[in-house]
Amino acid sequence: MNAPTGSIASYNFAYLDEQTKRMIRRAILKAIAIPGYQVPFASREMPMPYGWGTGGVQVTAAIIGPHDVLKVIDQGADDTTNAVSIRAFFQKVANVAVTTRTDEATIIQTRHRIPEQPLKAGQTLVYQVPIPEPLRFLEPRETETRKMHALEEYGLMHVKLYEDIATHGRIATTYAYPVKVEGRYVMDPSPTPKFDNPKMHMSPALQLFGAGREKRIYALPPFTRVESLDFDDHPFTVQTFDKPCALCGAEGVYLDEVILDDRGGHMFVCSDTDHCESRQGDGHRGQQEGTFR
Amino acid sequence: MNAQMVALEGGFPDPVFDAQATFRAVMNAMAELGTRQPVHATATPPAPLSPTAGALALTLCDQDTCIWLEASLTSEAVIAWLRYQTGATIVDNPAQAQFAFVADASSMPRLDAFAEGSQDYPDRSTTLVLIVDALDSGEPLLLEGPGIERRSSLAPTALPGDFRSQWRDNGVRFPRGVDLVFAARHEIACLPRTTRILEPAEA
Repeated sequence: MNAPTGSIASYNFAYLDEQTKRMIRRAILKAIAIPGYQVPFASREMPMPYGWGTGGVQVTAAIIGPHDVLKVIDQGADDTTNAVSIRAFFQKVANVAVTTRTDEATIIQTRHRIPEQPLKAGQTLVYQVPIPEPLRFLEPRETETRKMHALEEYGLMHVKLYEDIATHGRIATTYAYPVKVEGRYVMDPSPTPKFDNPKMHMSPALQLFGAGREKRIYALPPFTRVESLDFDDHPFTVQTFDKPCALCGAEGVYLDEVILDDRGGHMFVCSDTDHCESRQGDGHRGQQEGTFR
Repeated sequence: MNAQMVALEGGFPDPVFDAQATFRAVMNAMAELGTRQPVHATATPPAPLSPTAGALALTLCDQDTCIWLEASLTSEAVIAWLRYQTGATIVDNPAQAQFAFVADASSMPRLDAFAEGSQDYPDRSTTLVLIVDALDSGEPLLLEGPGIERRSSLAPTALPGDFRSQWRDNGVRFPRGVDLVFAARHEIACLPRTTRILEPAEA
């Protein structure tokens, strides 16, 4: 804490009390043992509102130790409000080292993106999840969705994807695209763009998902099969972009549109700021790099 | 020293960081199938509860959990230590336990005697902690499943005689089933319920 030691009461390491950590840790172990299954947990009030990543924060607080290096991203960016506040929170309550470099981090807490740089064994990716139940918008009753998972009754989800095709000619779901884990549980990957779905499959990193308001934790151990739902005649595909990143020239990455003026001017840049900055540092240049210096 | 005196000693010297480090070892062992994770934290429970198993109890058990103890662990000293150090309830029925500690695998009930959870809530199942001498000098088990890219192997000592068939039955009940933690000296390894143990012929 900022105050001199011993002068005032300080928080426990990583904010949560030890009993809460044990409860979350037990939930994490069962989540790892049953990949894709949502384990209920007694989510606590955090010093930020529900919807601001309280689930991810609680998971991170339960696993983080003094030797960890933490990276926090919000839609791929290290420098947006949610990422900055959560990073500052853990600097304050756990006094851990932080970084923006994907390859230096041991724990990466994320809101809605998976870094472009492939994750390594030993890294843990912690997702902030708003609605963990992939079937929730098809069936609002928890008692029913629980039964559907228990009986592996996922026909409704395929009907939903089929209706997309009937209406739009293609599967129009572009984010929170449902996946099947190890051939058993249908899981919501959180509102990541479907572009990131293939990165979850057989990832060497551990992936933990925390939903604070909805009080659920789920997990993907390393090297777990994660298949995006699709049809034989409408196979799953990811988004593609016409142009490379305007700043670093990267292709095959997820791009954000940036509006430049009120006359329709815009450009597309990497959503993953660390990836973009690393590439620029290595001398890669996009078409509009330098325009804004 | 009587049991009450023993109970007051042997907890974590540094409860917050020892529990965190021990949890990360269990988490990594559960996630990275077949890996042996070091446990450095120093709990000193009364024998035959081993220091590693004691560290796991201090890390994971509290007043919200029920513990079942295999017969060789039901000494007054062990029970008093667990009650004082964790606040957990000791139960006689293995099907009521969130955690079970086993020192003598030959006298433990079959795996299906423990809580397997329900089809709706498969997480409500027992995590078994088996105290073993070593993870590399027993019968080798070739492992496959989530957590390892291809295969890995473990050779924990002192498994129940028909462990392979019991474990196969445990897998058939998926998503219900028990999860195992092997607690050796200063290291642990896990078998989550998703693990398949290959027959020697499949190797």
